[in-house]
Parts: sequence; structure tokens; C-alpha cells
Amino acid sequence: MSHSTDYIGKPTNRVDGPAKVAGTAKYAAEFNVPNLLYGYVVSSPIAKGKITKIDAAPVLALPGVHQVFSHENVPSLAWLDRSYKDDIAPGGSPFRPLHSAEIKFSMQPVALVVADTFELARYAASVLHVEYEEEAHETELAKHLDEAYEPGRGKSGYKPPKSRGNFGKGWQQGVAHMEAQYSHHAQHHNPMEMFASTVEWLGDKKLNIYDKTQGAFNSQQYVMKIFGLGKDEARVVSKYTGGGFGSGLRPQYQLFLAVLASLELKRSVRVSLTRQQMFSFGHRPETLQHVALATAEDGSLTGINHVAVAETSQFEDFTENVVGWSGTLYDCKNVSLGYRLSKLDVYTPLDMRAPGAASGSIALEIAMDEMAYAAGLDPLEFRIRNYSDFDQAQNLPYSSKALRKCYAEGAAKFGWEKRTAEPGSMKDGNLLVGWGMGGGIWDASKQPAVAKASLDADGHLTVSSGTNDIGTGTYTIMTQIAAQSMGLPLEAVTFVLGDTELPEAPVQGGSWTAASIGNSVVEACTKLGEKLLKQAQKMDHPAFKDAKIDNVEFANGQLRLRADATQAVVLRDLVQASGEPKMEAENSTVLAKLELLKPPTHSMHAHNAVFVEVKVDPELMTVHVTRVVNAVAAGRILNPKTARSQVMGSVVWGISSALMEESVMDHRFGRYMNHNYAEYHVPVNADIHDIDVIFVSEEDDKVNPLGVKGIGEVGLLGVAAAVTNAIYHATGQRVRDLPVTIDKLL
Amino acid sequence: MNTFTFSQATGVAAAVQDNAAHDGAAYLGGGTNLIDLMKENVARPTHLIGLKKLGLDAIENLPDGGLRLGALATNADTAYHPEVEKRYPLLNQAILAGASPQLRNMATDGGNLMQRTRCYYFYDLATPCNKREPGSGCSAIGGYTRVHAILGASEHCIATHPSDMCVALAALDTTVHVSGPNGERTIKFEDFHRLPGDQPERDNTLEPGELITGLDLPAKGFAQNFSYLKLRDRTSYAFALVSVAAALELDGNIIKDARLALGGVAHKPWRDKEAEALLIGQPATADTFRAAAAKVLAGAKGQGTNNFKIELAKRAIVRALKQATEMNQALDANAFQNSNP
Ligand SMILES: Cc1cc2nc3c(=O)[nH]c(=O)nc-3n(C[C@H](O)[C@H](O)[C@H](O)COP(=O)(O)OP(=O)(O)OC[C@H]3O[C@@H](n4cnc5c(N)ncnc54)[C@H](O)[C@@H]3O)c2cc1C
Ligand code: SF4
Repeated sequence: MSHSTDYIGKPTNRVDGPAKVAGTAKYAAEFNVPNLLYGYVVSSPIAKGKITKIDAAPVLALPGVHQVFSHENVPSLAWLDRSYKDDIAPGGSPFRPLHSAEIKFSMQPVALVVADTFELARYAASVLHVEYEEEAHETELAKHLDEAYEPGRGKSGYKPPKSRGNFGKGWQQGVAHMEAQYSHHAQHHNPMEMFASTVEWLGDKKLNIYDKTQGAFNSQQYVMKIFGLGKDEARVVSKYTGGGFGSGLRPQYQLFLAVLASLELKRSVRVSLTRQQMFSFGHRPETLQHVALATAEDGSLTGINHVAVAETSQFEDFTENVVGWSGTLYDCKNVSLGYRLSKLDVYTPLDMRAPGAASGSIALEIAMDEMAYAAGLDPLEFRIRNYSDFDQAQNLPYSSKALRKCYAEGAAKFGWEKRTAEPGSMKDGNLLVGWGMGGGIWDASKQPAVAKASLDADGHLTVSSGTNDIGTGTYTIMTQIAAQSMGLPLEAVTFVLGDTELPEAPVQGGSWTAASIGNSVVEACTKLGEKLLKQAQKMDHPAFKDAKIDNVEFANGQLRLRADATQAVVLRDLVQASGEPKMEAENSTVLAKLELLKPPTHSMHAHNAVFVEVKVDPELMTVHVTRVVNAVAAGRILNPKTARSQVMGSVVWGISSALMEESVMDHRFGRYMNHNYAEYHVPVNADIHDIDVIFVSEEDDKVNPLGVKGIGEVGLLGVAAAVTNAIYHATGQRVRDLPVTIDKLL
Repeated sequence: MNTFTFSQATGVAAAVQDNAAHDGAAYLGGGTNLIDLMKENVARPTHLIGLKKLGLDAIENLPDGGLRLGALATNADTAYHPEVEKRYPLLNQAILAGASPQLRNMATDGGNLMQRTRCYYFYDLATPCNKREPGSGCSAIGGYTRVHAILGASEHCIATHPSDMCVALAALDTTVHVSGPNGERTIKFEDFHRLPGDQPERDNTLEPGELITGLDLPAKGFAQNFSYLKLRDRTSYAFALVSVAAALELDGNIIKDARLALGGVAHKPWRDKEAEALLIGQPATADTFRAAAAKVLAGAKGQGTNNFKIELAKRAIVRALKQATEMNQALDANAFQNSNP
């Protein structure tokens, strides 16, 4: 039976929308606690060397300046590497801010000036005299390929890619071949909200920390370990996050600096970074890739070879799954994969939206297009011929896989059958028209997380979990799930997140939040439902006497019998009768944790297929992406409205990667030179035209009880490749170094 | 950003005096460039003189048929002024090709002339720059030069003037009115901005303390045949890689008068009168346009990562001239249709 409170799967406006539009949603740098001091970070102008002198005296003499923190006066803190490792830290030795005179990367924080006002701190920072002894730095990946090495299993979750069969043999069996190198440069996440921490000093080492993060618990653990604080001494609050994209997965150095200053000065302190300083930490690593493919007469792949070399810092091994997908997405017996890192004098890279897969799919999906041409096949037909019905990499069946539907529905919507294969064969007036496609695959994962459901005597349900909403719609979908679970209207439900006082949840990343928190919310609500039923049974409700939880339902603010809806009791009355101000229940993570230890029985993935039209001016070589259709198979879609926004955003990201986005490093300085929004180009409205998002139906009862796979990242896959492929189709020019800026086409 | 004092000027003479009375004073228009430079510590004025109350924001017809733009008129008000839209559509297009609506609402016409280069190294105190710190060296040479010059650069500086508006002003033969410690004077637009030579710290020929009060557009506005073509890394809100202001006066297919100026290619808006001479008297054909383009770029020199701009500029010139020409044909065609229902 359907109910008015069946919200799951319905397009639902963001519940946090009004607060954001009205400006009442507060971000980390907006908590104006009393007696606040302001810290401003001094960044290193050199990429490698030593600080030889910091002349703090003249700055300290300025009235209103409280302290200049640097390696010279930082008190002794935790000294084990382990203490500096956050949940997401890769293998190696994490960077410790203000730890020593050594400079390891350009824009490394070398001092924090703390003053009465932001303006004074900024001024004081600008006149702080710091001397350096420069050493030769190495930042150019192409010059350090020989030193590349295979990283170990440093980071939880990273597995070295597995080859299978015999690629050499497969290559020989092939009748058509392609082989090419692909590259893209570093990219910085650049969320709108700059990193900031406001640390409220509550006396006696007790801190309230408002932090920009994708994981309040991760930030909390980090400061607890480094500064020796107890859980109740370091509360981290992060209710709203102005974009994350992965940049907030690890605690950034402003958190360390703000906590340090607060503890030392026994005052509340805020440290916020500048836009320029947003280029001073994690980023999508520059990656060079090599792909070779071979096909048999019938167009089936006889061999896949995909090797990637990526940059990492001198101190940590940042790893991501760049090439592994190439062993899964298509059916092929002979797959040879390789992934290596090369150490450079840069900060450690960091997961950035669809980490690894976004990079890997650029190479694989352009290569697939090149192979289709070499084999004389339509790129879509070529992919269908190599469809994988069984995950050969994991040797497991798929829990569900509706990629075929993505191909079919996407192609139909786009009108792909009208495509003529010959490059340059399609025109719109003077403009060259190009149609290209691509696609990808992304993990459907789930992490243990706790949620709590609490119903008060007014019948209002509050569900809480210490997860984050980085703009993805977590507040909204969790409210929908909870409201539907308890049969309450949306208005009667509040979802609370972003606070370490709440039940523990993992960082928001990996597109696992919907599955992890969503299923926990269902479980917590189910447990609350059981309690409510017990309460009804305690009371004088003969109809419920022998009822089991499966015999009842929650609808219209009532608990009622499935078999006879007239037998009902108002939830509010149950709470009131309990004698307690509220009735509560939490889910248990025991099973979820056990599940993680068990070997998987199915391969669980989301997929997409994307079709792109570009129009290219044949003389000026300007490119416009005029049309995109992105068909996504991601299990059950909880909220088509927020989900669609996620995929549209992903498409914009893909267009950005394809055409303009790049952190430009001047290797002579080892420094990103376009470190501002004017020169770090991402698309503006005028660059974006029609984007069509299709969610194909995909039922999955194995992936998790809700049947969701997460949609934050999958939509990005193959988009940049599809744009590049469309440019080839329009112009006959195959560009393999992204972004495809105008100079590469002239 | 350093500490500074601020005063709001109420008259031109007072503003000039206030400037002379302070070492390191700077005029403040819309602040869209100066404040950014102060935040980055590239500009460190000790005293700011606000200009918004000078009453110099009017746009008025001149007796000789020209138009005066007050120095404090905003870029937006200028672009959308009915006289500009009607008589100087090239200027309208050029202004609207620049920055963003928010910026154009703040930015003033005087400030637009005075905005500084967008050279990445100029903005970053970690890298040497002759323009910022004379004698320290030019980091751009041998570096990342996407927004750098291909014409008129020197071994001391290869920066470009980033304005779009100024490219149209150069093409239209604008006159700049200034007022300074030594009284008032006018400067021809082509003499206003300068090439870097061995003094890259000087963007223009304004003397210390001089204030721009107005810009005079001559009567001739080329409203029939014009084009402002801007090529950049995204469709809006990016500085020009190359931009072209083309204006033609046509007699049938014959070019009677021509103006051609480029942006994003040199330390100043690049007007080429010899190329214009090649156009005048010739038929408006692709060959003519190509000859003019070849002339403009004859002495061009790339800096490595910006070599492509030479070819791009040639193609852009040809396209802009073509657009300016065909616009007339389109109009004719419309007129024909209109009179023959
Ligand atoms: C992100 C961004 C993108 C932009 N994109 C573009 C673009 O694509 N194309 C483009 O053309 N421009 C672009 N601009 C630049 C913008 O047009 C200029 O910043 C603006 O025109 C400057 O005007 P202003 O009044 O704000 O000047 P201010 O910032 O107030 O002043 C700039 C300089 O002019 C001096 N000054 C101001 N008024 C006078 C006067 N009357 N007499 C003498 N000196 C004076 C000041 O002392 C200062 O040195 C962009 C700017 C930004 C920030
Ligand atoms: S090009 Fe000019 S502005 Fe740029 S670094 Fe060189 S001297 Fe400075």
C-alpha cells in the first residue's frame, strides 16, 4: 500500500535549502564566538630547503599581535607519526605543520601570526621576515618516471591492481591494435568555502571546534592524538560544508594551527585559509598513463594493458585505483595492469571526486574510442560487444548491473544512431559537429555507521548521525528515509549531523554515505518501531497483543496493524504513555563490521554511459559542449532531484577536466602559478548547455537493504573522455594530453 | 595588506592635492583591481583617495558630435548607455566581453585604463618580477606565458595589458583627459599606454599624481560595421588570449576606412595603422583580411607556451574583419526583405 509519507524515490526539495538561502546556515569561519583571535598563515615561497631565520620581534611589537607560532616555539607535541595519521592518511609519514625548519613543498605553512583582528594578523603576516636556504627541488613527473615504484598496501582499501591471463599473447592474437600515452595535470578541489577552523576555548583545555571537514570524527581523532585531548575536550562541529569534493577528507593544517594557538594562548582562535592557500595541499595528482588494446576479428578485446604513473609527495604514498577498473569494465581474458608512484617535492595528493577512476577512465575511454576506430566499429557497438556480464577481476557475479540499459536509453535519448563515423563528417552550418561517448564504473560501498532515532512526546522525530553533508543532499535523503520509515510527514522529522557528540559515522566520501548512513537510519527506525510496539503492547491495546513488528506499519503518525488499519495508536501517545520525555533507539554496527571482514559474494558497482556533442569552429578551434546525455545505473535513487544535481555537477566537472581545468606548475619555482579563481579555470554558465540525466532502473537486493549504490561520483566517469572523443570526431584531431585547450587544436 | 588611511575626495583639485600631500597615495575607483593587489601585497599604498564622489560619472554628448565618458562612470553604465549602444556598439561589445556583471557594476572607466597586468608572476610575491620590483628579473620569460605578449615585449617584461574596453577605445581614437599637479592635459589613446622597454614598472604615460577625469570618443563610431572578437579559455569570465576590435567603413564592398586593434597580445592595446592602411581602398575579401593579419603579426615573437597566439591572432583578425563586413550584408539583406514583404 502506498502512503503519503512514502518519500523514498520522490523528488524532494532540499530540507536545508531555506537555511542556506536565508544565510542562517553557518559555516566554520562564521561562528563569531566572543573574544576571538585571528590567525593568518605565512606560506613558504620556496619548494624545498630550510628556514634559516624568523624575525618575529618586530611583528610581536605591533600592538594587538599576540603570538607568532613557528617551528621555533611550538611546544613539544605527540612525536609518533601514528599520532598525526588521520583516518584517510596514506602510508608514510604525515606532514606536521610547524614541526621543523625543513621546507618540503611550496606554500608550506611556516608560521601562524595571531592577532586581535583578521586585518592585523594579515598585515603582520605580510611583514614577518623569514629567511630561507633554498635547495634544488623536483616537481616534474615526466623527468622522474625511472624512479617510479609500486606502492605497498599503505592505505586501507588500496589493493595493487591484479593482472590476469597473458597480455602478450592477447596482443598477438589481436588483428587490430592501438597503443597510446595519456596525461593530465594536477587539479585542486577548490570548493567555494575556503578551509577554516574556529576554535572556541571553553576553559581548562575544553574546546569547541567548528571545522570545515568531510568528517567531524576524523578531525576530532586527529587533534585528540596530537594534542593529547580527551574526547570531551575536543568537540568538533561541522553542520554545513561549502563543498568538499574530497578536499575535506583529511584534516587540513588550519585545524592544527587553530587548535595549537587556542591551547597555547588559552583563547578562542580562528584560522582561515586564503584562496591562494587552497592550492597548498592535497590535489588530484598529475598522472601519465599508457594503454594498449587489441581486438579479434569480431571486435572482442583480446588484450588490455593499462599502466599509470602518478606523483606523490616525498613523505606519503598517495594511492588511488587508476587502472583497476580496466580489468573490470570490459570482458577480456588477458589484462595487464600496473600502477606506480614517483616522489616529488609537492604536498601529498588527495582523493578528489571519483579518485583514480576519473583519471583512469580518461585513458581507458579514449583508448576504447581509438580502438573502435582501429577495428572499424562504432564506439557504442564496440563497447556492447565487450560487455562484461561477470566481474573477471574479482571472479564474482555482479549484484546487479544495468549498464546495457544505460547504453540503450542514453543512445536513444541522444540520437546516437544518426552518427556518421567519419571524423569531420557532421556539420552545423560552418561548425564541425562531433559526437563522442564514454562511461565508467564505480564501487558501491558501505561503511559501518551509527544512527539514532528519537521520538519526542510531541511526535517529532529527530534522527542523528555524525556524518556530513558536503552539499550532496545528505540532510534531505536521510530525512526522507526516516520520515518514510516512521510514517511521518517530512516536517515532523529533523535529521542532525556534523557533530562528534552524535553517534559515530565515517567521513563523507566514496559515495558511500547514502548506503552507510541510510541503512543505519532504517535500522535505527526499525528498532525504535519495535520499542513503540512494545509500548503499545504494555498499554491497553488488545489488537497489538500478539503482533510482531512485521504485522504492523507506521503511517500517518500512527502505529497500526497492516491487516486492519483502523486498529491504530498515535505515536505521540505512545511516547507520552512511556513516562519518558522521548523514546530512542540506535542501530548496532556489529553486523556491518563483520560484513566488512567477510569475503564479498558479489561484485557491487554503479555504472554510467555518457554521450556528448561538441561544436567546433573550424578556424578558431573553439569548442563548445552543446549536449550531454548521461545515463546512470546506481541502484535505487532515493531522491531524483538531488541525485540529478549530483550527476549534472559531475558532467560539469568532466567538461572542466576535458577543456580547461589544470593547476599549472612552473617547475622552476615548484609552484602552482594559477592559484586563484580568475586563472584556475572551471566552467561558467556560458560553457554549459543541455545536460540530460537518465537514471535507468536497477533493482539490487544484495548490495544493501535499501538497494542504493551512491551517485556522487559515478556521473563523472568517462565524461572528459567522451568530450575528447567528440572533438576527435569533429576535427580528426586526437588530443591525449588534457585539458584540450585551444592551443592543442590550432 | 598594509595599513592605510582613506579620504573621500569631493573635487578634482582636492583629490590631486590630497594625492600630492601623501607619499604613496593611490586613487580608488571601483577597487576591483587595486583591492585585490593590496590583498596580495603587490600594491601597498599608504593612503587611498576615494573618487566615487567626484561627480565624474556622467556620460554626455560633446558639441563636436562625440561623446564624453566620465572617468568614474562604471563599465556597466557605459556599456548600456543608449548613446554607446547606438553610436559605439564596438565599445559596448568590448566592455561586455570583459569580467563579470558584478565586476562591471563596480569597475570605473578610469580604473579600467589603469588596471594592471594579469601576469601570474606579477601577482605572486614568491617570484621575481621587474614590473613589481624593478631590477629583480622577469619570471615569465621561460615560464608559463599563456596571457603574455607576442608583440612589443622587451627582455625586461613580456606582460600584456588585460583590458577589453581599452582595445575598443584604442580603435576608436579616444582622447584621455587628465588633471594633475601641473594642471590639465589631454593624451591621445595610443600614447596613453606604453611598451615595457627597460621601464616595465611604468604601464602608461600618466605622471605621478595625475587623475583621469574623462574619455572623449570622437563622432565617428563605426556603428555599421564592427566586431569585437575575444578568444579565451572559457566562454566568459576569463581574460583574453587574443582579442580583436575591428571597425570598417564600407562603400559597397570597398573598405573606405578601417580600424584594427588587438588585446591580450602586448603591453598596450595594439593598434596597427599600417595594417589599417593595407585594408583601406581594398575590397573586403578574405585575401585583404589575411594580408592585414599578416602585417599585424609580422614582427610577432612567441615566448614558448604562448607561441600559438601568433596563429590564433591571425585567424582572429580575419574572422573579426569578416564579421564586421558580413554584419553589413546581413543588415542589407534584412532591409531588402523588409522593403519587399
Ligand atoms: C576576476 C576578474 C576578472 C576580470 N576580467 C576582465 C576581463 O575579462 N576583461 C577586462 O577588461 N577586465 C577584466 N577585469 C578587470 C576589471 O575590468 C578592472 O579591474 C576594472 O576595470 C578596474 O576598475 P576599477 O574602477 O575597479 O579600478 P581600481 O581597482 O579602483 O583601480 C585600478 C587602478 O586604477 C587607478 N585609478 C582608478 N581610477 C583612476 C582615475 N580616475 N585616475 C587615475 N587612476 C585611477 C587606481 O589607483 C588603481 O591603480 C577583471 C577583474 C577581475 C577581478
Ligand atoms: S612579464 Fe612583466 S609583469 Fe610578468 S614577471 Fe615579467 S616583468 Fe613581471
